Amino acid sequence: MKFSEQWLREWVNPRMSSNELVEAITMAGLEVDEVEPVSGAFEGVVVGEVTAVEPHPEADKLSLCRVWDGRETLDVVCGAPNVRVGLRAPLARPGASLPGGMEIRRTEVRGQTSNGMLCAESELELSEASEGLMELASEAEAGADLRQWLQLDDQSLDVDLTPNRSDCLSIRGVARDLGALTEEPFEDLVLDPVPAVHSEIPSIRVDAAAACPRYVGRIIRNVNVAVETPVWMQERLRRSGIRSIDPVVDVTNYVMLELGQPMHAFDRAHVQGGIVVRMASEGEKLTLLDGQELTLGTDNLVIADHSKPVALAGIMGGEGSGVSEHTRDIVLESAFFDPVRLAGKARAHGLHTDSSHRFERGVDWRLQRAATERATALLLSIVGGEPGEVIEVVSEQHLPAQQTVHLREERVNTVLGMTIDRTTTEEILARLGLRVVHLYRDGWEVEVPSFRFDIALEVDLIEEIGRIYGYNRMPVTEPEGRLRLSAEPESRRPMDRVRDHLVALGYQEAITYSFISPEQQKQVTPEAEGIELANPISADMAVMRSSLWPGLLETLAYNQKRQQHRVRLFETGLRFERKDQSIEQEGMLSALLSGPVASENWVNGNREVDFYDAKGDLESLGAMLGQSFSFARERHPALHPGQSARVYSGGQPVGWIGTLHPGIQKSLDLNGNVCLYELSLEAVLNGHVPHFKAFSKFPEVRRDLAMLVDEETEWAAVENVAREAAGELLTGLRVFDVYQGEHVKEGFRSLALSLFWQHPERTLGDAEVQELLDGVTNALSTRLGAQLRS
Amino acid sequence: MENLESLLEQGLNAVEASTDLKQLEQVRVDYLGKKGHLTALLKTLGQLSAEERPVAGQRINDAKEQVQNAIAGKKEWLEAEAMEARLASESIDVTLPGRGRDAGGLHPVTRTLRRIEAIFGGAGYEVAEGPEIEDDHHNFEALNIPEHHPARAMHDTFYFNPGTVLRTHTSPVQIRTMENGEPPFRMICPGRVYRCDSDLTHTPMFHQVEGLLVDRYASFADLKSTIEAFLRAFFEEDLAVRFRPSYFPFTEPSAEVDIEWGRESDGSTKWLEVMGCGVVHPRVFENCGVDPEQWSGFAFGLGVERLAMLRYGVTDLRQFFENDLRFLRQFR
Repeated sequence: MKFSEQWLREWVNPRMSSNELVEAITMAGLEVDEVEPVSGAFEGVVVGEVTAVEPHPEADKLSLCRVWDGRETLDVVCGAPNVRVGLRAPLARPGASLPGGMEIRRTEVRGQTSNGMLCAESELELSEASEGLMELASEAEAGADLRQWLQLDDQSLDVDLTPNRSDCLSIRGVARDLGALTEEPFEDLVLDPVPAVHSEIPSIRVDAAAACPRYVGRIIRNVNVAVETPVWMQERLRRSGIRSIDPVVDVTNYVMLELGQPMHAFDRAHVQGGIVVRMASEGEKLTLLDGQELTLGTDNLVIADHSKPVALAGIMGGEGSGVSEHTRDIVLESAFFDPVRLAGKARAHGLHTDSSHRFERGVDWRLQRAATERATALLLSIVGGEPGEVIEVVSEQHLPAQQTVHLREERVNTVLGMTIDRTTTEEILARLGLRVVHLYRDGWEVEVPSFRFDIALEVDLIEEIGRIYGYNRMPVTEPEGRLRLSAEPESRRPMDRVRDHLVALGYQEAITYSFISPEQQKQVTPEAEGIELANPISADMAVMRSSLWPGLLETLAYNQKRQQHRVRLFETGLRFERKDQSIEQEGMLSALLSGPVASENWVNGNREVDFYDAKGDLESLGAMLGQSFSFARERHPALHPGQSARVYSGGQPVGWIGTLHPGIQKSLDLNGNVCLYELSLEAVLNGHVPHFKAFSKFPEVRRDLAMLVDEETEWAAVENVAREAAGELLTGLRVFDVYQGEHVKEGFRSLALSLFWQHPERTLGDAEVQELLDGVTNALSTRLGAQLRS
Repeated sequence: MENLESLLEQGLNAVEASTDLKQLEQVRVDYLGKKGHLTALLKTLGQLSAEERPVAGQRINDAKEQVQNAIAGKKEWLEAEAMEARLASESIDVTLPGRGRDAGGLHPVTRTLRRIEAIFGGAGYEVAEGPEIEDDHHNFEALNIPEHHPARAMHDTFYFNPGTVLRTHTSPVQIRTMENGEPPFRMICPGRVYRCDSDLTHTPMFHQVEGLLVDRYASFADLKSTIEAFLRAFFEEDLAVRFRPSYFPFTEPSAEVDIEWGRESDGSTKWLEVMGCGVVHPRVFENCGVDPEQWSGFAFGLGVERLAMLRYGVTDLRQFFENDLRFLRQFR
């Protein structure tokens, strides 16, 4: 809601500066978004009257004009096409200054003297763009100071209203609130009926009374649409952000701004038979006055005549039925449309108008007749004409019910946390137009006025009391609560420990968007059914991620392009998967490693990271959390088939680890090795409570073993056989060397193991240890064909 | 025996002449060892008479002791010298960087969330989380935002189908908590939220923390103190805070919260909007099975990136999701 401060002050004029006024209404919940002067800063510009126009001898597009400034006639060179004898236009005389600091001086234009400049609206910053000179009304007196004549020492306030405050979508409403706030008297308009001078009445039939409980119409005959809208009205419209169209439309817009009632005027000649307010039939067409053709449905309320729809009710008029230069008689419409039934209808057609904005939020349902009288009076004073009777079709049962609300004093105090005395409460209610209809021992019965659509409950009134009393005047008290201890499951690992561990391992946490492009999705999880947004912000953010890897890969690419080559990233967040009919949202931990193992250093090698670096980090995380993960060679579409594994915990698959598939790496234009892992957070965070086991006091014995095994045999198989054969005294098993090459025959590799044994109750003897070791050697040789390396 | 004096002198000279421990050991063997010169002299004692024997034995032992002492002294000296030489040879350039690994860091949003959680956690607020793909009921209906309510237009909702949306706020978590528990409640719900809006000052995803306190008498005045205390704790500054009436369908009275943030060009206080809050709307309580006559509460919501920007001086919201390492590394 944008309006002129001057206009508001005509309604209620508190003794405060502009800044104070802006602050006051902002602090009452009518947030002023912008304050802008209604014109640029200029001085010395007066009304000039063009008395003669001759072509410039040297230039086709310039004219030599004689301009009367009320005291003398000046020669002015002008290039505007609309300059003509009799025109009144702003004249900047020598000595005047224009917005932007331009000083006007006597000058020569192609050999002709120019004593000033005739101005366009944009040159005075009265509009952003304009064609030709600003045309001032014929009553403008030559020589009058333009700032004074147009009352330009004013500013436009743009208030960002919350959707509950439809009552402030008018000057009258804002003034009422300002009055309540400042305790200044609020002078309401006196709207006397304009008597009919003829008996012609519009035929009005309302078939959709639920959607249109009240429809008011009036015929005004013989209007003169050729006259100009008075400057004061044009200016008020302009300062409210509304362009002047023609005097009839201007009046309807003016009444909407002033009182909050959207109105429409039909050309009576284009309304066939009479007005019918009905629901549209399926597929019915309507061309709006902006030229757009709509195909309507049965949920669209239309204003029709006896042959066709002529307006989309409460949203926009139709083409051809509105006022034109040929219009002689008009039918004024002032209706109340049900907000609930109109809600969303404009938007469904991609429309949003001043009218739909108001109707959707609620227009005072008692205002229609008064608004018609106001519009009639204004029209008569501008375009003349003969008003007929006001016709009102109303369905009382469909109008909002007259509500009252019981307000308890005790409740006011509980909700606000302070005692507000009864008199203060009553005064606030009265100033807001909230009439107390009954007094109780514990409070009041308050009538909800027809302009308030946000009051139905007691708490709605409490808010009003708090708002007008002033939130910042209210006390500040510390809440009192019950001290309740919370459950603290020890087996649940805190998320912060996981993050901190990864940070200590050198990872930087990233947060990437939860939506990715369908291509990214296909690349990493081709088998997942994409969960698509119906209204994505862009094509590359159109599906919900089914893995956190695409975001990390994109982050890697972004950073590699910015000379960041050693990258370790992790992210935690949800991934989204369709499972049967439902959507599964699972918390994941995902990580990426790329570039050298350490940043370039004088001592460490510059080796690229590989699978085992990733796995080492993952194992370190597991160790910190008391989790033991196992790994099985399985294929993942995003990973190198020879370097990928599924991660298991307690026999359940919980994630993946591997080197990025070279094909994907190439298509993403990534440099170097990229390793990835992703784990279900549930698996990571779900740990156990430690349970102490006594350890042996006797020495632990170590024996080393080097075995040649077929290169296809995985370490895991060797480990399993060895562990099984080593018996229950085994306390540790490690691989400390893996070798292939010289001295090892083709197709084989050498694995060096160390085994640790310890007896709980005595020292192990050499012979028994040798026996245990032989057992392991034999098992490896018989079950895996391994040979002891000599 | 005549040569004892000269042997002793030779021995002491040999000790003196030793330049390392090995030479010194050789001297010890040569003079004091089983076959050493002085040991050999002892063996000649048998040739002497019983009267001469003790006197000669005493002299030889004295000589041995002298050599022994000389060797011990020399050894100590040589060892000290060797230690010094070793220390000198092992000296390194301690100003060269260490072999440690590079440190990582938390995302500034996580850092900010931790701070918020710590501040509220101290007063017993528990952290609750919920799904990001939400149903219409939890994201809107239960929060008193019926279909076609103009407030829905304020949300710029991403949706999958008419009943399923990306949550536009973390308030649905409050609904889920109240639906499944019994008052009193004291909780905060941090998490990702989504709005279909993208420009210089909006990203389609951002983080929010919603807070809720429900107890027998929780009032607007209590809300004010909680918000003020939080903002002052967060910014570690005695900021001016003001409450501006506003509208959220799920709270009433509702307020936007502004903090004092420097001065405008005309010298007046510059206010920045940082949060929204209000007293829980009775319909929200009813929707969750909480009796609004028995319980009252307040709720608040804040944008995490917004607070992080103010706290750390970040000027471009979009940087939070570009994940430029040069940006991220600054929040360690």
